[in-house]
Amino acid sequence: MIRYAHLIPFLPLVSFFINVAIGKRLPRKGDWVSLATIATGLAMSIGIFYEVFRAYDPNFRYHVVVPWLNVGDRAVFNAGILIDNLTAVMLLVVTGVSFLVHLFSVGYMHGDPRYNRFFAYLSIFSFSMLGLVLSESLFFIYIFWELVGLSSYLLIGFWFEKKSAADACKKAFIVNRVGDFGFLIGILIIYATCGVLGYEEVFRAIGEGKLEGTLLTLAGIGVFCGAVGKSAQFPLHVWLPDAMEGPTPVSALIHAATMVAAGVYLVGRVYPIFTPDAFLVIAYIGLITLFLAATIALTQNDIKKVLAYSTTSQLGFMIMGLGVGGFTAGLAHLTTHAAFKACLFLGSGSVIHAVHSQDIQEMGALRKKMPITFVTFLIATLAIAGVPLFSGFYSKDMILGAALEFGMRNPQHLIIFFGALLTAGMTAFYMFRMVILTFFGKPRDHHKFDHAHESPPSMWVPLVILAALSFSFWYSGWFGTLIQKPRSVANLAQLSTAAAVPAAHGETAHGKGTESPHAAAPAAHGEPRGGASHDAEHDAHIAHTAHTYAMYSSVAVGSLGIFLAFVVYSFGWINPDRVANRLKPLYTFLLNKWYFDELYEATFVNGSKAFSRALAWFDLNVVDGLVNLAARLGIFLSWLIGVFDNKVVDGAVDGVANVTIASGSVLRRFQTGKLYHYIFALAGGALLIFLIKAF
Amino acid sequence: MTLDKLLVVAAALFCCGLYTVMTRRNAVAVLMGVELILNATNINFVAFSFFLSRVMGGQIFAVFVIVLAAAEAAVALAIFLRMFATTGTVEVDVADQLKG
Repeated sequence: MIRYAHLIPFLPLVSFFINVAIGKRLPRKGDWVSLATIATGLAMSIGIFYEVFRAYDPNFRYHVVVPWLNVGDRAVFNAGILIDNLTAVMLLVVTGVSFLVHLFSVGYMHGDPRYNRFFAYLSIFSFSMLGLVLSESLFFIYIFWELVGLSSYLLIGFWFEKKSAADACKKAFIVNRVGDFGFLIGILIIYATCGVLGYEEVFRAIGEGKLEGTLLTLAGIGVFCGAVGKSAQFPLHVWLPDAMEGPTPVSALIHAATMVAAGVYLVGRVYPIFTPDAFLVIAYIGLITLFLAATIALTQNDIKKVLAYSTTSQLGFMIMGLGVGGFTAGLAHLTTHAAFKACLFLGSGSVIHAVHSQDIQEMGALRKKMPITFVTFLIATLAIAGVPLFSGFYSKDMILGAALEFGMRNPQHLIIFFGALLTAGMTAFYMFRMVILTFFGKPRDHHKFDHAHESPPSMWVPLVILAALSFSFWYSGWFGTLIQKPRSVANLAQLSTAAAVPAAHGETAHGKGTESPHAAAPAAHGEPRGGASHDAEHDAHIAHTAHTYAMYSSVAVGSLGIFLAFVVYSFGWINPDRVANRLKPLYTFLLNKWYFDELYEATFVNGSKAFSRALAWFDLNVVDGLVNLAARLGIFLSWLIGVFDNKVVDGAVDGVANVTIASGSVLRRFQTGKLYHYIFALAGGALLIFLIKAF
Repeated sequence: MTLDKLLVVAAALFCCGLYTVMTRRNAVAVLMGVELILNATNINFVAFSFFLSRVMGGQIFAVFVIVLAAAEAAVALAIFLRMFATTGTVEVDVADQLKG
């Protein structure tokens, strides 16, 4: 099966072309074409995953490369696919969520005038995302990176008649461009120094010291910029909430489960090139994002906006986890998050479909009307809140453990752990706030409540499947074994004062096969650690302690958050409005999303407008001035040539004519018309000739 | 009878003809002057032929000139008739429409 892996992306591509070309004329408007191709892709992904899983080898690798593009004889760009354990898991995530979203869309998009185009777009997205996952070089991942951006643009703006949707898709695209530019710079730095772009070749080249020091840090941060844009990290997080203008299945597929996770996947893919400095940047960007997004989510009333900020926050968790050295943790959260967040989004889609509103203040008591949606939504919420036995607990606990471990080794960075812990509590709170307001209590809008109904099976079947995948037993065990942190290739000796820290530390810890695969975190993190006296046992001890504490504290804050949510919104012991009034400035600040949109409007949007105006002025005055000057010069030259033509050339012609006229008027006098004159001249002439001849 | 004397006669005749052409206004008179000039030429032809040549070329040429003069006179008199019909006169000074 794995030998046919390269075909997986092309299945949806074929369906895209079919649906674009003749989708409208096919029976059922061609939705079955997209469904069939993505189902085939899912089946093949399951087959590949089965093979990978049977091998059960952390270092499993399937790498096929063919030369694709020769640039002279200097450079060869390869096309190929790379499948390791991470890829196999991602394939499963992408095709799985994509298939369920296709299924859900059959019910959700029913009757839309552009039904077939929606499925065509879903197919082109699936193609791009699968290509991104399978690509084996930075070159190809960049191509597919842009393609998923394009699909996202098309799908956010699917209902482009709405101005808000049209604006949102433009915003998403432009904000992503900013990040992608950094990504491009990172790629160019790597290409300029290493001369290759395949992941493994790049790792080898960096390991040989072709790229090191500050430049390597910059290259890493550049590549990370791409992730910042796609995964909606601070300061480019502003596009994701607006992207909720797209149809809800799109939000579930692209803006919760797969595309936004591509940034996390990218960081995981190029993990070995990051230097400790780059990791610090990543960790703190993640921390800022997860905290900021969670605080905003506390106050939002739009069900999809809450989920969007929660997604941003969870992506922050993943990025932060990767930044502090929790490779497995971050990617595990990616995987579990894909399932429960897709479930939440599709659940919210089901709710919106039922009540035709997105405002949770207008809902309430829906659990009686939509039992299946309610149960699945609740399970996914328990997962995201980090309740034990659910998948979110498993992965978030690993992230918190990695953060605490990092903090224990570098006490100046303990704030990362505490910030994340606080946010984990907030996550539980705002998620349960939403669940309580939506499904519990009494209906606040009876008209909408009376119209609510359970969704058709094509919509609730995906919910049930995704909810089932939100339990932790699916992931624990094999995930940590199969997805292990790759060895860093950043040249540590160049970066750390404690040059004695042996890179081998990481290997030792791996070799022991510890429970936690990121016990070796510090090896990659060349922070000064007081010489080589540490040994692997001590490392393992710290890791164990950190994970134990992290687990207890995360359960504690999770429970506290859920409890608080019930206290405030269900039991009514605390009136939320009064709290909001008491903390009016803070509440307004959060409700307005930290005024980021306004800030960007004031600085970047207006800045570029002013810049454009300046350029327009320059164009109108300087450039046009030059053009006008050239025109004037042309006119002057033409005038000069005209004068020459009129006076000199015409003068010559007229002169000839005038001479002719003048000589003619002289000569005409000889033609008197008097016969005797002619005779006289004739005779005189003859006489003259005679005389000349005679003498 | 020598060549010289004949040439003098011819020259005198020529001068008479020339004078007539130059001084007379009447077209018929002018034509008569032209005839005198032609005949002066004829005398020259015959005289040179008789005294200086062994063949009869010059004398035959004189016959041609006489024939030509007759034809010329016919054409010229026809022109004069048309001129008289158009202008009512045969004064040569009147016919100066083509002067410069």
